[in-house]
Amino acid sequence: MIEFKSAHKHYRVAGVERTALHPLDLAIGAGEVFGIIGRSGAGKSTLLRLINGLERPSGGSVQVEGVDVGTLDADGLRALRRRVGMIFQHFNLLASRTVAANVAFPLQLAGHDRAATARRVAELLDRVGLADHAGHYPAQLSGGQKQRVGIARALACAPGILLCDEATSALDPETTASVLRLLDQINREDGLTIVLITHEMDVIRRICDRVAVLEDGRLVESGPVADVFLHPRHATTQRFVQEHEHEDPATAKPDRAPGVRRIRVTLRGDTTQAPLLGRVARETGVDFGLVAGHVDRIKDLPYAQLTLALHGDAAEAAVQRLREAGARVEAID
Amino acid sequence: MDALLANIDWAEIGLASLDTLLMLGGALLFSVLLGLPLGVVLFLTSRGQLLEHRVVYAALSFVVNVLRSLPFIILLIVMIPVTLLLVGTSLGVAGAIPPLVAGTAPFFARLVETALRGVDRGVIEASQAMGATTRQIVTGVLLPEARAGIIAGITVTAVALVSYTAMAGVVGAGGLGDLAMRFGYQRFQTDVMIVTVVLLLVLVQLLQMLGDALVARYSRR
Repeated sequence: MIEFKSAHKHYRVAGVERTALHPLDLAIGAGEVFGIIGRSGAGKSTLLRLINGLERPSGGSVQVEGVDVGTLDADGLRALRRRVGMIFQHFNLLASRTVAANVAFPLQLAGHDRAATARRVAELLDRVGLADHAGHYPAQLSGGQKQRVGIARALACAPGILLCDEATSALDPETTASVLRLLDQINREDGLTIVLITHEMDVIRRICDRVAVLEDGRLVESGPVADVFLHPRHATTQRFVQEHEHEDPATAKPDRAPGVRRIRVTLRGDTTQAPLLGRVARETGVDFGLVAGHVDRIKDLPYAQLTLALHGDAAEAAVQRLREAGARVEAID
Repeated sequence: MDALLANIDWAEIGLASLDTLLMLGGALLFSVLLGLPLGVVLFLTSRGQLLEHRVVYAALSFVVNVLRSLPFIILLIVMIPVTLLLVGTSLGVAGAIPPLVAGTAPFFARLVETALRGVDRGVIEASQAMGATTRQIVTGVLLPEARAGIIAGITVTAVALVSYTAMAGVVGAGGLGDLAMRFGYQRFQTDVMIVTVVLLLVLVQLLQMLGDALVARYSRR
């Protein structure tokens, strides 16, 4: 659906060459919710804009639905952009147009007639829950409502791909959650491919299927969200996960007591709620204390990640049992 | 009362007012018609914009600056051959309009350029992402979004035009300013001076109020 082949991007700023994106390979499948996480300046904005040709690659290629974006002429680009919707951090609505007129704008650009446009606008506003606000101006709306208008506008031409540029970064946590739910729903109902960029791990955790981590224009880690989130390998990814969990690395450090082993147990899916720990403790005679932990969901996948202090000689056996039961166990030293 | 306004010839004042309004209306119309596209082109060709073009921008910018730096009284005289060519006479109200336009259209173009700069870049990017052509962005995004700023620019231009028309007497265009000059100042008819100045003041006030009302009507921020 979307494929980057050693795509890279340089800028010349005041005569100095600056690399925004190093050669990068990435494939995003149809119907997927793909997240790209990175700090500001990591190149995620550039990466997103390569997909709809707002930026041209300096080299390599970006294929979207089998078309090489870099080779398209102005007409080809406009045709592509009608199949790729985009929403923005600051919504970018037209202040001079009403909600309905904002949603109608892309349809008018594409030359749809009045009646068809009006019908489609009503349908879209209904879908994002703003049917009552059709005649309002953007200045009269809350941030969450503005982003819903942005989503309706982006979906107007029934695109196959939706690009989200920090779409929830300007919203409060509650509104963020409701906008993410809407995006998730659209992805499920329409099979729309969503590519989003963010600096918040929580956004990735809530709706993404796969994630790529960018740092200084390089892709440092990527994979299914559950794998990357629960077992981050790269230092940058670990920092993002830590920020999300509000875990202070200093307190997470074990204070070594003799005969106590610390392990991290990760349970996913159905085993998460299985009565595992108590059973293993009973059967092996190990005693355990809870050091830290989370029980939550990654998109639809329930998980538990617990740091345990194991007391007693049976620690090894307990680890063995946990592994047999499907848990992933890592020693922490 | 009669003694106070002994020198006032109300018919004369009426004619002069009409001349001022005609010059104002005609010059404002053409200033907007020429200045608006000029301002749009200035904006589009400026650095970092959709049709960035250093040479075109520099050339237009230079012409605009030259016209704006010439004192209007000089422009009025320098323009005489061009005015003759355009309207067949360099005298009267018709003769005053081309130099008035030459003086204010570049000024208005700059105001348009500034108003367009105030349009959120993100909104332009969003329109590009929707597949809008440059023409669609100009007519569908830039001009409507900058509408309040452009109306404010038209108001400022109209007020500037009122003071320019006062100099149009040099080419025999008449008007209130000319009346104030010839009778009020040169013949020491203070009452004529006062009446014309009051009328000009009222005109400027009305223009500004109308402009402000329209700006308020079209502001959506």
